Amino acid sequence: MEALDILVTTSFWVAAIRIASPLIFATLGELICERAGVLNLGIEGIMTVGAFAGWFTVYSGGDLWTGVFVAAFAGAAFGLLHATLTVPLGLSQHVVGIGITLLATSLTYFTYRLALPQVTSPPKIEPFQPLPIPGLSQIPVIGEAMFSQTPLTYLAFVSVAVVAWVLYRTPLGLAVRAAGENPSAVEAQGISVTAVRMGAVMAGSALMAIGGAFLTMSAFNSFFFQMVNGRGWIAIALVVFGSWRPGKALIGAILFAAFDAYQIRLQQLAGGVLPYQVFLMLPYVLSILALVLVARRATYPKALMIPYQKGER
Amino acid sequence: MGAGAVFAGPAGGPLHLFTKSCMTREAVLRLSGITKRFGPLVANDAISFELMRGEVIALLGENGAGKTTLMNILFGHYVADEGAVEAFGAPLHPGDPKAALAAGIGMVHQHFTLADNMTVLENIALGTAPLWRPRLDRGAARARIRALSADFGLSVEPDATVAALTVGERQRVEILKALYRDARILILDEPTAVLTPGETEALFRTLKLLVAKGLSIIFISHKLAEVMAVSDRVLVLRAGRLAGERVTASTGRAELAALMVGQEVVSPPVPAMRSGTPLLVLSEVSTGGRGTGARLNRVSLTLRAGEITGLAGVSGNGQSALAGVIAGTETLTTGEIEIGGTVVSAWSPREALRRGIGRIPEDRHAVGTIGDMSVAENVISEQYRTARFARHGLLDWAAARAFAEEIIRDYDVKCPSPDSRIRLLSGGNMQKLILGRALDPKPRIILANQPTRGLDVGAVSYVHRRLLEARERGAAILLISEDLEEILALSDRIVVMSRGRLSGASARGERTIAELGELMAGHQGEAA
Repeated sequence: MEALDILVTTSFWVAAIRIASPLIFATLGELICERAGVLNLGIEGIMTVGAFAGWFTVYSGGDLWTGVFVAAFAGAAFGLLHATLTVPLGLSQHVVGIGITLLATSLTYFTYRLALPQVTSPPKIEPFQPLPIPGLSQIPVIGEAMFSQTPLTYLAFVSVAVVAWVLYRTPLGLAVRAAGENPSAVEAQGISVTAVRMGAVMAGSALMAIGGAFLTMSAFNSFFFQMVNGRGWIAIALVVFGSWRPGKALIGAILFAAFDAYQIRLQQLAGGVLPYQVFLMLPYVLSILALVLVARRATYPKALMIPYQKGER
Repeated sequence: MGAGAVFAGPAGGPLHLFTKSCMTREAVLRLSGITKRFGPLVANDAISFELMRGEVIALLGENGAGKTTLMNILFGHYVADEGAVEAFGAPLHPGDPKAALAAGIGMVHQHFTLADNMTVLENIALGTAPLWRPRLDRGAARARIRALSADFGLSVEPDATVAALTVGERQRVEILKALYRDARILILDEPTAVLTPGETEALFRTLKLLVAKGLSIIFISHKLAEVMAVSDRVLVLRAGRLAGERVTASTGRAELAALMVGQEVVSPPVPAMRSGTPLLVLSEVSTGGRGTGARLNRVSLTLRAGEITGLAGVSGNGQSALAGVIAGTETLTTGEIEIGGTVVSAWSPREALRRGIGRIPEDRHAVGTIGDMSVAENVISEQYRTARFARHGLLDWAAARAFAEEIIRDYDVKCPSPDSRIRLLSGGNMQKLILGRALDPKPRIILANQPTRGLDVGAVSYVHRRLLEARERGAAILLISEDLEEILALSDRIVVMSRGRLSGASARGERTIAELGELMAGHQGEAA
């Protein structure tokens, strides 16, 4: 019974939403890339870059929102590199993506060591503070979980709505979705497939980087190695889980985060009975199960991972 | 080219179906000296012509004659190596579909350019509004699409998802895409290839309405009947060159066919042959439920040396299963196969090859070739294990290329080199390569499944000639075709397949077309 009681505690839901936030950014970012037909496996590295860039900006005296902006810019820069290699040059998206992840991660660590050669324990910054929204945050459980978060979490939720609006309600969204389904349809309507895909990869990478920045600027207050810890790969699975739709992807991210928050609490509860690794494993096992159930029916963007070369027959 | 000289004046010329509307003789499109090369292959060679307002030009030519390439240059998918295009008096910026669209040129591609995951409305609206506009005005777009649909007989539901549409409906969406942008010139690339006869008629009615509104149309086709029915003027392309230009009303199918292939088309004569010994005997063969077509139900068939056995039938009645049995891809549930007098055990595609069965598969893209592999790789794919092409487990590329070159020469394949990817070849050339691959080892038994489907006149008669040659040297041939005329022209004996069963064989001329039709429809009470 105790195990179920956790589910109705406020602190559990606060934690779940907090854990979900970076995943929401990252999943949205990956979703935009894939909707345009590009699988961005650089996500893990781009999140690391974002985490460092945002944190370091603030550490060097910048303002918190400047940090977010710098993180997004750094992410977009790596997105540009990824897009240049995969879109006009048409290289393998798998190879380029993994390469970007390795490069971005190592370059980040290298820069960290260069910038802070002396430190032994990671220096701290003053991160984003919770900003309860008057009125809404008074609602029991839900209000406190949803509306007593930091501004970056609010930004994550707003991003879902914005991305959904852009994809489904604007001419630009049509072009992005068509580029991932049948690029020749885009070309035949006089729009450059290359421009649409490159733009999507850069915008998506910027979102991924903000997801990384959330870790150092909102969830924690310092940068340390391995801190992204597979969240990028989870985001890729969440895109499939969400059938490439922003709303469903949001639900997937919250679900995964809830499992994660739950297993931490279970660990404390069952302390000593089972090795804690069993609990750590739990969200991943469940996400594999969920993927097996959901992804079999998922319809991929048909041109995903297929480079488009103009004028080829 | 001297377009004016050949073209009859508006008043004095023969009044054709569509000619009425082209009262003004202004050229809306002018191509001059268009040349395009793909490597050593010259796809378009100095092509010039003019398109008048309210005119339907048919661009006629065999597969690979350069029709689609020319239109892709016009629409900006390719950039021409030489020459220029002028639309409504202004030069058209090359290599830019956006410029073509802005100039009022719309193109209905042979392979539709639609995004399946989006609705009809979304596909049509794509790219028509500035990308940065914060909202897509669906209401206005829907109203406009409905109005265009009604005006031109292009009924399609704006909010349907494209994935759920039939091929005919998708084509209507493609036409609507062009009309939505106020296209004044419409290019249709082989529009009828995917349509049923009823849909084709509807399309022609739509074209008539468009011409009445002053649109000009370029209609690409290799079907003579359609060209005669729909066009005012015919341009014939052959091997990348403009081979001739005719006013439709004053030409005929025979003349156009001759222009298209460069010589008179004559059906090859079928010399009488004495039928020889049975080479392949199927007795009481049945198959299981794999695949889409009907399964075989106790089918018996004998193929004799020096004989073409024609298998007629409506598609999906078990022809694929029978072909699979002979090719070794289908497993038998009952019955046996006898080759050269001995019953075979352990039947497989490799065993079929080893026993001298040459195979021309039904679908040359899916089964017959591997598109992204080279011509040389494709032609040795049935023999790469033999000593001719492999030494100590290593491929002998020199021998493979030599073999490919031999087939390219002997079978008259138009192809840049043995190293080019096979999917770049036109359907007819691909089929000639498959023919060469199958016939070069001089197989004793030949399985020709739909060998001429989708080919143009010249290629069809070429395939027929090769099959008759094989017959003369004593091969036993099974010709499976949905084209009854083809069956009647070539076969020594005819069998009819219906619902997995085979009628008894009839000799050449023994049954009338009506009788065969009855059998195809499944009435086989009297079949002996």
